Amino acid sequence: MSKTAIITAKDVDVFYGDKQALDKIALDIPEYKVTSLIGPSGCGKSTFLRCINRMNDLVPIARVEGDIRIAGQDIYAPEVDVVALRAQVGMVFQKPNPFPKSIYENVAYGPKIHGLAKGKTEMDELVQWALEKAGLWNEVKDRLDQPGTGLSGGQQQRLCIARTIAVKPKVVLMDEPCSALDPIATAIIEELIDELRQNFTIVIVTHSMQQAARVSQRTAFFHLGTLVETGPTKNIFTSPEDERTQNYITGRIG
Amino acid sequence: MATVDTNTPHDALDLVNSQRKKGVEFVVMAILILCSLVAVLVTVGIVLSLIFEAYRFFERIPMTEFLFGTQWSPQTALRADQVAAEGAFGAVPLITGTLLISFIAMCVATPLGLMSAIYLSEYASKRFRDFVKPALEILAGIPTVVYGFFAALTVAPLLRSGGESVGLNVSSESALAAGLIMGMMIIPLISSLSDDVINSVPQAMRDASLGLGATHSETIRKVVLPSAIPGVAGALLLAASRAIGETMIVVMAAGLAANLTANPLEAVTTITAQIVALLTGDQEFDSAKTLSAFALGLLLFVVTLCLNIIALRIVRKYQEQYD
Ligand SMILES: Nc1ncnc2c1ncn2[C@@H]1O[C@H](COP(=O)(O)OP(=O)(O)OP(=O)(O)O)[C@@H](O)[C@H]1O
Ligand SMILES: [Mg+2]
Repeated sequence: MSKTAIITAKDVDVFYGDKQALDKIALDIPEYKVTSLIGPSGCGKSTFLRCINRMNDLVPIARVEGDIRIAGQDIYAPEVDVVALRAQVGMVFQKPNPFPKSIYENVAYGPKIHGLAKGKTEMDELVQWALEKAGLWNEVKDRLDQPGTGLSGGQQQRLCIARTIAVKPKVVLMDEPCSALDPIATAIIEELIDELRQNFTIVIVTHSMQQAARVSQRTAFFHLGTLVETGPTKNIFTSPEDERTQNYITGRIG
Repeated sequence: MATVDTNTPHDALDLVNSQRKKGVEFVVMAILILCSLVAVLVTVGIVLSLIFEAYRFFERIPMTEFLFGTQWSPQTALRADQVAAEGAFGAVPLITGTLLISFIAMCVATPLGLMSAIYLSEYASKRFRDFVKPALEILAGIPTVVYGFFAALTVAPLLRSGGESVGLNVSSESALAAGLIMGMMIIPLISSLSDDVINSVPQAMRDASLGLGATHSETIRKVVLPSAIPGVAGALLLAASRAIGETMIVVMAAGLAANLTANPLEAVTTITAQIVALLTGDQEFDSAKTLSAFALGLLLFVVTLCLNIIALRIVRKYQEQYD
């Protein structure tokens, strides 16, 4: 599996001030697959996810040590431009957070910043492509100029996904993308994630065992800041090797 | 046990013995109502007397003359029995003077206040912020009379000698001196309100933008500021209304000459400065001169009230946006 790994993490420690949040994490994430991170609350899933696009840089007290590579490149190397990194590694947040701008402007925001489209028609095409990929085009194509904040929660989250993939990143990180959504919106997004994996490598944090089982090919189980077990999702859920994993997926800890 | 036992007798709840407290409650409430009534009644009284006295003024001087006349020279009666012309009561020079000085003040305070708010809320380290914010609040707490003599004794002479050295004729009391110092005075108001507004833009917006690979300054320019603009506009209107109503600085630094001019280097006067001039010294409560102060007061009140209402509306609407 590590032959096709696009992200490799080795010996990753994260500290918030004096408190250690992650301890010696080593994880390989394969390309064009969905990898889910599961584990009880506070075990460091979000922290690990935020290491991958260096959003932790924004937390003044956070300190990241160890080695994380994307396509072989050390993303914490001094010469790395965080801005360029985040263009390659997009992120979808727990709570849908569209900008208070029009639907079109929301999607066009990233491409504009990175100069991905030359001229209006190219931008229009890119916006349409992203919205189609996010399964939102048909619902919004007649009201692209209306505010993105006026959409329903599920639509907003798909808008956020469209906004992220419009930049054409290699990796999309999702931190509990469905936790604010109802089951129907959740089902739509899960379907979407499955399709997105054709073009993107996806890492998703989820609290729902069913969701991890439905959307991901690989699963990593975190517990108290350590990575306990990782493997094909099927194996993790049917024959976990570690007792803590077993306890968690059967609902005994968490 | 499958069913709830309802047969065992239990103690009755004490629900009636609260009579004692009702009296206290009533008294407390009455005191509170009285206190709030005082403030309300005083306000109503002031407004009514403004309107009433202004009405008496308008009985003598037509309102159109007051609002559109370009001559302001309320006659200065030396003796009560002196027979003289009524004087001219055209408020236009006062209005333009007020606007000119407030405009200069806003031109100074808007960029400075806004930039420092952006710096404080987005870039400054926590330590720096903890030091500068209280310092700004001290600036806001300086009595305006201190600003006033600073303007009159330091800034105005500086402008005058500076102007002379480049061949400009700056009068010793000028709209510029008053406006500059008034600008300094309202910087803290603008920066602390704008700082609040900028801080209330949700972190999720910034995360979204940064997560898409936008730089810090792109995020500020394209996401944070556009979201904050309505609130900032409200802050600016509040500051403007403060500038229009400001008195001490203009009395001391802008002069009392009712010039109708747009030249900031000349002396101008304002509504507030004229009210002070009209009412200092012995008064005759019947003369048009004294009554005109009430008309000016009413004018000022209406203008600043409107500005405040609009500003508060904007600020409130903005706050609702993210609730
Ligand atoms: N900004 C921060 N400052 C200090 N400590 C933090 C910060 N963010 C996270 N932590 C700590 O790091 C540990 C891991 O947090 P993290 O958010 O990664 O957990 P999580 O697995 O995502 O939990 P959840 O499932 O509840 O989202 C927790 O103990 C948390 O208290
Ligand atoms: Mg989390």
